[in-house]
Parts: sequence; structure tokens; C-alpha cells
Amino acid sequence: MTLDPERLKYSREHEWVSVDDDHVATVGITDYAQEQLGDVVYVELPRTGAHVAQHEKFGEIESVKSVSDLFSPVGGEVMEVNSALEDGPEGVNEEPYGSGWMLKIEMDDRRELDSLLSHADYASFLAESEQA
Amino acid sequence: MSELRRTPLFLRHVAAGARTVDFAGWDMPVQYPTGTLAEHRTVRERVGIFDVSHMGRITVDGSGAGRFLDLLVTSNIMTLAIGRARYGLMCLEDGGILDDVVTLRLEAESYTLVCNAASWDRVTDWMAIHARTVGDVTITPRRDETAMIAVQGPSAGDALRTGCAIDVDGLRRFAVSNERMQGERRQGDICLEVSRTGYTGEDGYELIVEAAAATAVWDRLVNDGGAVPCGLGARDTLRLEAGLSLYGQDIDMTTTPLEAGLDRFVDLTGDFIGSDVLRRQSDEGVTRRLVGFAVEGRSAPRHGYEIRAPRTDDVIGIVTSGGPSPTLGTGIGLGYLRIEHTAPGTEIEVDIRGKPTRGEVVPIPFYQREA
Repeated sequence: MTLDPERLKYSREHEWVSVDDDHVATVGITDYAQEQLGDVVYVELPRTGAHVAQHEKFGEIESVKSVSDLFSPVGGEVMEVNSALEDGPEGVNEEPYGSGWMLKIEMDDRRELDSLLSHADYASFLAESEQA
Repeated sequence: MSELRRTPLFLRHVAAGARTVDFAGWDMPVQYPTGTLAEHRTVRERVGIFDVSHMGRITVDGSGAGRFLDLLVTSNIMTLAIGRARYGLMCLEDGGILDDVVTLRLEAESYTLVCNAASWDRVTDWMAIHARTVGDVTITPRRDETAMIAVQGPSAGDALRTGCAIDVDGLRRFAVSNERMQGERRQGDICLEVSRTGYTGEDGYELIVEAAAATAVWDRLVNDGGAVPCGLGARDTLRLEAGLSLYGQDIDMTTTPLEAGLDRFVDLTGDFIGSDVLRRQSDEGVTRRLVGFAVEGRSAPRHGYEIRAPRTDDVIGIVTSGGPSPTLGTGIGLGYLRIEHTAPGTEIEVDIRGKPTRGEVVPIPFYQREA
């Protein structure tokens, strides 16, 4: 399963989200983010059943050279976490929009998606931050 | 922001798809497309090649050259034989470390000093000031006229033989010699200063060549010698596993060589800048020392994290370098601990972003290649 990046929504914290008809959001980090991090060695994810608010920290991602917080682009209850990342954190580098997904969240409020960026907006956001 | 400096090999890195970062004012490759972990393994198992041209190279000539360097460097330079290299520290009068350097002796009255990129201005100024007090010394900065390439890993010798037709079998660890290789057509011979030194914990060599010949040497080593380009990311994980200090992180002007556990590179019988203070510190004993430690769990210690006595709020030290060890698979680090906590086996607790994480003082190097 690899999602089409053009059909995803993005946060300014470099997370992506994909939402199906049942209000279930799949969350991961962007290709840009994984490239900046370098080789990922550990992803700390919440327990299923936990509740996260939009833009709240839900975990940590550790690469060879640094560690960063992970922020949820949408709020809701964590239905599932990608347990394959436990032993295969390199999935985040290899397929950030596929096997490197992190959470499935049952969204509290679909309207939160409105504040996120489209693929084109995220691309412009990256271009601006690169220049800064 | 001022323009970043580029080494003579910069375009090679860009062409290979390297991601570059600002390192001490230089635009340097941090990793190539395969990534830091793959590069790290390549150096441990085969051979990697690093552009280290950002490091400083300074030639010191004259009948006073040995005496001059002996005054500036903590190790004994007077006993450094021709064709040998030696690691040492440059100290301030108070014993603080101005830089860590390698001194190569190529001829009776000609030495090459290799210093850190970020220390270049300080080191060259320091040398110029002190050259006035010692007669017959000529100091020639050669950073911009030359490039420097590190070839590291168990197959490094093969890479030099196959790539450059240089036979390094006779070169022992920390030996240095002048070599020649055939250049491209019309280019003539290329001269190289080859030393069996490195910063990875593996067997390997470092080459100093004139800047104009750098790409020819690089291409030969990569295309014919089978050396795989590696970036600063792998250089850092490799040196950490080897327990080697990084200037500006593990050692600096606020730490002394004895606190850093670099006693064997300090000749306390000699007179050098800072020797009086270091002799006194040696007599009285240091109150903290840089040690290696390993932690449990999957989160690695990082620069700046506090170290505590287990299950207490008593801060006993601080992490200066840390990260996941690709070879060992655990989080490792270097840090200064109060002297009573430095014995191997001592339990410690590292505050990893608010999480108290158990660890233990371990001997360094963390990784040692098989002899």
C-alpha cells in the first residue's frame, strides 16, 4: 500500500494524513521529513485507545543523528498503531507514504482537515522554509 | 549569512546525490543516497572514502620546527621520528584545549599539522604568535592549496593499491610517507602525503594532495579502488564507536586533556604551553573525567543530556556525544562524570527527555576492530 502524495493533507510539522469515508485518518511523516532525519532507528508510538488532540505530540522519532517529536495532524482516538515499525523502523525511510505509516485515528472532528495544507500548499511551504 | 566554503571535491558530492550541510562554514556532505547506516557498515566491513578537505593543514619548516611544535603540542614532538605521525593536543596556558591535532613528520625539518575545520583561525593565529618566540620557523597554511581524503576500512589498502597503484603494505599504523601516482594524460605525476591514520576505529589512510589533483585521486579510489563515498554522518557514528573525542563537543577550551582521559597523549615530563597546570592537575587528581557509557532501551543519549546517580536527583555529569551505535545496536555516549562515578561498571541514569534511563559506565573504545 502506497498512498498518492497528491491526495494527502499535510501539517506544517511535516506529518501527512489520509482520511477514508469512515472518519478514520491514517497518519505518517512526509518524504521531506524522513530525508531530513536520515536513517530512522526507533519510533515511539502511543497505545491504542489513547486520545490525541490536533497538533498534540503523539510520539517521538529517533534517527541516527537526532530525535524529533511527532505531532498529530488531527485529533481523535488511536485505533491502531503500525507495530511493524517496532522491528522495522526503516520503513519510515523506505516508504513514508506506505509501510512507514504510524497511526490510524478515529477523528473527533472532520473540520480539522480544513486547517491542513494541500499537496501543492505543502510544496510551497517547503520551498519557503528552504529559502528562509 | 556568509557564503559557505566548498572543497575541491564539492561537485563530486553533488553529482553523487549527497545531502550537504553547513559544517563549520563548509558545505559538506552529511550523507549519500544510501544513508548513514549503510555507509557506517561499509567502513566496518569493506572501505569508505571521506572528503576531509575542510580540516586544516599547516606546514611547519625550519631548524626550529620540532622545538616549536613541541612547545605547542602536549605529546613529545622531539622524539617523533621522520616518517611518523602523532596525535596530541594544543593547550592554552590554563590547560584548556585549543584544538586536537595530528603532527606528521615528513622530513627532518618539515612537519605537517592537521587541525579541525572550526579551529582554523584560532590555531593559525596561535601558531603565528608563538612562532615569534622560537627562532627559525616558517609556517605555511596549506588548507586551500591542498585537499584531504580519508580512505577507511579493512579493504583500504586494497583500494589504494588498485585505485592509485600505491603500495601501502610497508606503512605501519601512524606512519607517513610521500608517494606518487600517475596522473591523467598531460597531468604528470600526482604527489601524495599518505599516513596510516583515521577517525573511524578501522584500519585506513589519510591522503593530502594538491587541490587540482583531488578529483583525479577521488575518482580513481571510487571507480577503480571500490571505495564508497561516506559523509559526516557516518564519520560521527564511526568515531563515537571508536571512543574518539570530537573537538567542540567532547573537548574544548573548558576541558583539559587529563579530564578528557587523553593522558597518554600528554608528555608531562616535557615543557609545553599548559604543562605546569597539567602537572599540578595530575598531582592533585582530576575531579571529573570523560568516560563511555551504554544505556538500556531504544532511546539514545544525546549531547547535553544530564547524567544522574541512579534513582536520585544528584546530577553527576553531562552527555557530550551520544547516539545509537550501529554496530552494537544500543545507545552509547561519551560524557563527563564526577570522578567517583567513572569506574567501569558504575550504574548511572541518563535523563533522556525527561525519562530516567538506566545505563552503565563501560570501557572505551565501544568497538575495536580485530587485530
